[in-house]
Amino acid sequence: MTPTPLSPYLPLAVVLLLAGGMAMLIPQITTRLGPRRPSAIKATSFEAGSESSGPARQRFAVKFYVVALLFIVFDVEAVFLYPWAVNFQALAWFGFVEMLVFAATLVVGLIYIWKKGALDWES
Amino acid sequence: MGWLQSIVSKGLGWARKYSLFTYPYATACCGMEYMSVAASRHDISRFGAEFPRFSPRQADLLMVVGTINLKQAPILKRVYEQMAEPKWVVAFGVCASSGGFYDNYAVLQGIDRIIPVDVYIPGCPPRPEQVLDGLMLLQDKIGNQVHRIADREQPNPTAARHDLMLSMNK
Repeated sequence: MTPTPLSPYLPLAVVLLLAGGMAMLIPQITTRLGPRRPSAIKATSFEAGSESSGPARQRFAVKFYVVALLFIVFDVEAVFLYPWAVNFQALAWFGFVEMLVFAATLVVGLIYIWKKGALDWES
Repeated sequence: MGWLQSIVSKGLGWARKYSLFTYPYATACCGMEYMSVAASRHDISRFGAEFPRFSPRQADLLMVVGTINLKQAPILKRVYEQMAEPKWVVAFGVCASSGGFYDNYAVLQGIDRIIPVDVYIPGCPPRPEQVLDGLMLLQDKIGNQVHRIADREQPNPTAARHDLMLSMNK
């Protein structure tokens, strides 16, 4: 067999064939060998043995979204704070001022949403 | 076809008995012994049963670990009914097996009043060695059972609700 530019990929083709064959074979084997005894109670949702209390797809209050967004914002802040703290000596005053500006920006945002009432859970 | 069925049955039994996925239905102090069995000293993983699953869809061994009172009984029954076949049940300790010393109106006098049981492990609570002995008995049982190809039968029967109430008023 004369080597072609594609011949190094022959093992890859074999692996692809084997993987595809397995992917088709194994579901076939489980269907043929495994028992299949459906029932109405098996089809219901599992809630640790209790009666289902309703569908899972319900409407949630938009407040959860705001809380999640706020969490991400301050989580990212913490992500930036850690490497800064590790390199505190090297970055010196420049880094300190930069970090102050960054944190102050977030504080301004925090004050804004506070005034807007986003942190007011009850209303 | 008979010989093929028997060979496949043996193979399936061998595969199933060494890959039991447990649903630990732990309600009482036997749970401590279950943890001990699962932990490294007694190491249930030597028997291929180390993988507790907390969904009945993924489990084939229901271990009823502890006292089942009448309020728990319908819940246990539903968990069993929601497990896919093949499935087996172990009554872990005397409370699950017979109600134990809770011989009163509030406790189910043995889980076999509502679901079929394969192995009963005595003890209050049983030592881990007893549990492993029970597990090996169950493995022998599974290995000797008939495992049919393309099994399309009815789900394993459980006690109906009125049977349960009757057995209470014995």
